[in-house]
Amino acid sequence: MMTDLFTLLIIIAKILVILVPVLLSVAYLTYAERKVIGYMQARVGPNRVGFLGLGQPIADALKLLFKEMIIPSASNPVLFLFAPILAIAPALAAWAVIPFADGWVLANVNAGVLYLLAITSLGVYSILISGWASNSKYAFFGAMRSAAQVLSYEIAMGFAIVVVLMAADSANLMEIVQHQSGGFWHWYWLPLLPIFVVYFISGVAETNRHPFDMAEGESEIVAGFHVEYSGMAFACFFLGEYANIILICAVVTTFFFGGWLSPFQGIPLLGNLLAFVPGVIWFVLKTWFFMFVFLWIRATFPRYRYDQIMRLGWKILIPITILWIVVVGLAIEMRIPPWFT
Amino acid sequence: MSQFLEKIKSFTLWELLVGMKLTGRYLFSKKVTIQFPEESTPTSPRFRGLHALRRYPNGEERCIACKLCEAVCPALAITIEAAPRADNSRRTTVYEIDLFKCIYCGFCEESCPVDSIVETTLKNYHFTQRGQNIMNKQELLAIGDEFEQDIARDKADDAAFR
Repeated sequence: MMTDLFTLLIIIAKILVILVPVLLSVAYLTYAERKVIGYMQARVGPNRVGFLGLGQPIADALKLLFKEMIIPSASNPVLFLFAPILAIAPALAAWAVIPFADGWVLANVNAGVLYLLAITSLGVYSILISGWASNSKYAFFGAMRSAAQVLSYEIAMGFAIVVVLMAADSANLMEIVQHQSGGFWHWYWLPLLPIFVVYFISGVAETNRHPFDMAEGESEIVAGFHVEYSGMAFACFFLGEYANIILICAVVTTFFFGGWLSPFQGIPLLGNLLAFVPGVIWFVLKTWFFMFVFLWIRATFPRYRYDQIMRLGWKILIPITILWIVVVGLAIEMRIPPWFT
Repeated sequence: MSQFLEKIKSFTLWELLVGMKLTGRYLFSKKVTIQFPEESTPTSPRFRGLHALRRYPNGEERCIACKLCEAVCPALAITIEAAPRADNSRRTTVYEIDLFKCIYCGFCEESCPVDSIVETTLKNYHFTQRGQNIMNKQELLAIGDEFEQDIARDKADDAAFR
C-alpha cells in the first residue's frame, strides 16, 4: 500500500518535471514567435512588459484568465467545453514517450511510435468537435477543412514513420535514437532526407500552422474552428496548438536528428571536448532550432489555396514516401554503411 | 526537357529556400520601429491637428465672429453665436467645434481673415467622457494661449508658401 502510494507520487513528480518546462516553453514560444516574426518584418516585437518584453506571455495569460468565457446559446455546451480539453490533453500526453536524454523518458513503451501516432491523431477531433459544437458556419467550415487536411497529411506522416521504423528496426523511441549514434552524418536526416522533409511539412500541416492554416484562415473564415471561443477555452486551443508544435519539433529531433546525441560525436578532438555536455542540452537545442524553423516558415510563406494543399498532400508527399519505402528497403537489404549495417 | 528540370527544381524546394533566405536576411536588418511615447516621427508645420483660437499680443481675442469658418466648414462642425460686447465690438458668445464631426481639412484656418482659428500640430489627445469632443471657446482659447509660440513659429515657417 505504502509502496504503491510512493510509486504514484514519483510518477506525479515525473509528470510535473516534464509538464512545467513544456508549458513554460509554450508560453515563451508565443513570445518568441512574435519576436522572430517582428524581426523578420523589420519591427522589434513586444518589448514593453518587463525586461525586453519577457513579461508579455504572463500578461497575455492573465488577460485570458480574467476574460469572460462565452458559451453560445445555440451551441452544444458539453461538447463545446470538451473540445478545448481534447485539444490540450493529447498534446501534453504525447510527451510521455519522448526521450529527453539517455534513459530520461517517462514511459519507455516498446511501441512508442504507435502511441505517439495514436495520441497526436486525437487532436483533430478537438477541431471537429469544436467546429460542430459551436453551431456556427465559419467554425463548421474550419472544422471541415481541418478534417480533410489532417486526414490527408496523416497518411504521409504515417508512411514517413514507417520508413523510420524500417531504418531503426524498432518502435521504441530510445532505440531509434540509439540506432543513429555515431555523429552528425549518421543521423537519419541524411539517408531519409526526403522523408525528413515530408515529415516536417506534414508536421506543419498537422499543427495547422502557416502555410497550412486553412482551419483558421483569418482572411477567409475569420478564425475557423475557434471563432466562438473566448477566455480560457480559447487559451486551451492556443496552448494545445503550441504544445503540438513543440512536440512535432521534439519528434523530428528524435526521428531524424539523433535526439539527445551530440552532433560532434566521432569528430576526433571536438567530440571528446564536448562529451561532458548532457544529452538533454543537445535535445533542447535541436528542438529549439526546429521551433525557429516553424516561426521562420510562418514569417515567409503565404497561405496555400485549399486545392493546392490537397494536391501537395495526395499527389506529391504520399508518392514520395511510398517510393522511399522501397529505396530504404533496398538500402537495408544491401546493408549500405554507415546507416544500415 | 526544361519542364522536367523545372519539376526537379521544385522538388528541391529551391524557390521556398530563396524566400526563407530573404526573410532570414531581414531578421538581422535594421529595425524601423519608432518607440512611440519616447520617440515620434517628425511633424510638418502644416500638420492639421487639434484646433486653437489665438489672441493678439495685447491679450485681445482675434475672432471677430465673421462666421466664415462656420460657413466654409464642410462637415458643419463649427457652431458660432455672436453678440456685441460691452465696448460694442462684435464678438462670439459661443464658439464650438465638434471634433467628432471635424474632418481636419483646414478650411476654417484658410478662411479666417484674422488668423484666429488655427489647427495646431498637436496630434496626441483623447477624450475620456462623452461631450468632451465638443470644444468650447474657453478650451480653444486656452490651447491657443498655451501653444501660441509654437503656432506663431509654424505660421512663420509656412508663410513663404502661402
